Amino acid sequence: MSGDHHHEPGFIRKYVFSVDHKVIGVQYGVTALCFLFLGFSLMMLMRWQLAYPGEEMPFIGNIFGEDAMPGGVMLPEFYNSLGAMHGTIMIFLGVVPLLVGAFGNYVMPLQIGAPDMAFPKLNMASYWVYLLGGIVMLCSFFVPGGAANSGWTSYPPLSNIATTGQTWWLFGMVCLITSSLLGSVNFIVTIIQLRVEGLTMFRLPYFVWAQLITSFLLLLAFPPLEAAGVLQLMDRLAGTSFFMPEGLVVSGVVQTQMSGGGSPLLWQHLFWFLAHPEVYVLILPAMGIVAEIIANNTRKPLWGYRAMIYSTIFLGFMSFIVWAHHMFMTGMGTKISAFFATTTMIISIPSVVILTALVISLYQGAIRFTVPMLFALAFLPMFAIGGLTGLPLGLPASDIHLHDTYYVIGHFHYVVAPGTIFAIFAGIYHWYPKVTGRTLNNALGYMHFFLSFVFINMVFMPMFWQGMAGVSRRLYDQTVYAHGDAVQSLTIMSSWGAWMLGLAQIPFIINFFISAVAGKKVSNNPWDATTLEWLAPSPPPHGNFETVPVVYRGPYEYSVPGASEDFHPQHVTTEA
Amino acid sequence: MSAEVLPYTVKPHPVTGLYNGKFGIWLFLASEVMLFGALFSTYVFLRMGAPETGPTAWPTGEETHLNWMLGGLNTLILILSSVTMVLAWVQFKMDNFAKGRIYLIITAILAIAFVAIKFKFEYAHKFHMDIYPKTSVFFAIYYTMTGLHAIHIIGGVVVICYFIGPGAKLWEENREYYTNRIECTGLYWHFVDLVWIFLFPILYLL
Repeated sequence: MSGDHHHEPGFIRKYVFSVDHKVIGVQYGVTALCFLFLGFSLMMLMRWQLAYPGEEMPFIGNIFGEDAMPGGVMLPEFYNSLGAMHGTIMIFLGVVPLLVGAFGNYVMPLQIGAPDMAFPKLNMASYWVYLLGGIVMLCSFFVPGGAANSGWTSYPPLSNIATTGQTWWLFGMVCLITSSLLGSVNFIVTIIQLRVEGLTMFRLPYFVWAQLITSFLLLLAFPPLEAAGVLQLMDRLAGTSFFMPEGLVVSGVVQTQMSGGGSPLLWQHLFWFLAHPEVYVLILPAMGIVAEIIANNTRKPLWGYRAMIYSTIFLGFMSFIVWAHHMFMTGMGTKISAFFATTTMIISIPSVVILTALVISLYQGAIRFTVPMLFALAFLPMFAIGGLTGLPLGLPASDIHLHDTYYVIGHFHYVVAPGTIFAIFAGIYHWYPKVTGRTLNNALGYMHFFLSFVFINMVFMPMFWQGMAGVSRRLYDQTVYAHGDAVQSLTIMSSWGAWMLGLAQIPFIINFFISAVAGKKVSNNPWDATTLEWLAPSPPPHGNFETVPVVYRGPYEYSVPGASEDFHPQHVTTEA
Repeated sequence: MSAEVLPYTVKPHPVTGLYNGKFGIWLFLASEVMLFGALFSTYVFLRMGAPETGPTAWPTGEETHLNWMLGGLNTLILILSSVTMVLAWVQFKMDNFAKGRIYLIITAILAIAFVAIKFKFEYAHKFHMDIYPKTSVFFAIYYTMTGLHAIHIIGGVVVICYFIGPGAKLWEENREYYTNRIECTGLYWHFVDLVWIFLFPILYLL
């Protein structure tokens, strides 16, 4: 801003309280990767209880204390906390900050040729509020009664009468919502206003389009959850009854201390009004990353670039009118169910268009099987499995059987884990040379990919069978039911998959840190890519570009017939 | 720093016709619409779901103990403050800093009057009658919505006071930039005013 002057900022201003979008992007990335690993660790603990219910946890069972795991055996309350916090941490502190905060912040301004985000100070505030929200969430593990334990969806009345951890969860969420609001305003203004000359909307890389639509979803879908959070805080702290019906019975006792007159359904409507668009927040930037990498590694233009963009816009609109397909079991009425089932079927069309365009883009390409490309290629079938298994859940008749079973867990994890998280890995391997000026090691990368691919399927594939066998997703010990005991071997398989998947991340973690100092040094454009971020030096200096670039062509001009090279960067004037 | 070379911080973008700040504040207001929209929807949801009779029935006008005269007075105060806010911006646009600042001060005083009436006469009166958010769902939504609105007013007052006081330095450095910021503050202020114009009838009159 105009108040700043030409002097070199000190260490703190440069690397800690920095307003540079690249530093903030890296801060987001590293913090969110830590949260991602933490969220995954919580799940690895739960998988022990699920696979070997009531048995003492080996090696680490005793470090959690008598309140959580007396004698190394997990208490049901602690199990519930782990479940709720796994979902919350993975989505709100891990995946979204990585997709939007890290990749969006780092790559998007570079791809549009901007020197920084439109509001650098807001950008910094967004990161620090996010970190505060994360710290509040972590602290909640240490309050009496432990962290929030009413599921990541925090359905009342349960969440209203839950232990103090739930209040901390709500405060944490308010921080995270504020952070995403600051971020989304910044992203939209930056993309619309700061594109360099010649970079029209239909010359934008698909990744930027995905970020734009995602920002609109964050901007408009999160506030209703903030409202819901405020209402639940009122219920918990001021004794109101927004979500509490009259004459509610808890543990056999009629609740008389509150007025009643509210409705638990109200929370579900407000929550899913956020949380369904949130699903597209989780998937659109991932598709953006995959699109960039596929075009680059097939050495071909994206097939159906415009169709993909129109689909993305349509998907953004539709995502606001499908939320109640999460609520078919609440008795809201068949007419409403029919409406939401219809919109849900319609929204699958643009998703299929995008995925199909990406698959057709592979056709007749001279594919380079680099590590990022392998992750991007794996994304396609994994997301397809996740998407297709969602269709039976979008229809009330089949949802009645499958609702709240492991089938649902399998479905959305295929979208988010081997889908989105693979796209995140693809993005890390793809843009790492830009951020550090060095490449990640290939051998470790291949090892990371193949092991992860095998084990992640071992985790989630059995869940479809478990779900169809009727096992509820909330069970602390499924072996107490005959139908659960019958498929316990699948649970054990899933658990071993999860632990092996944890081990499979070791090559990545080693690679990530070692390569930053010892990786092979690279030029500005190691992948022979066409988009603007590869014009900037690796790593880009403050202000990004030495001279402001001008754009002359679309984002994916690979293998142009008659050209001397197989890529034609956006900023090159001449017809090569 | 690079931020200095950021385009359109002061001058409008040739295509959108907006400078960055104005675009940003409009987007922020869009999200505010969704925030208050969710609360208005909550109001509708709860009122439609309330039984005709019994302890959880929706209260009639008299049972709410809300004084429409006080609410109406506050409505007038807020509308007036919106007018003075525009006048402040007009004065800054016409390069008349002293007059603009006076209008800003009037706006802040009106806003503080609004909050004072809300807390001193309305909330205090209710608390005196043992009416709290937990009394009924109506009062729950009444306190939540008006409370959240009051927080928005107080936030606005802080920003306006900043531009009367320390923020005024910017006028010396870059007049257009300062005036733009007043415009953005004004947009926010009108929005907060508009929220009250919806809150007043649904809580006091209907």
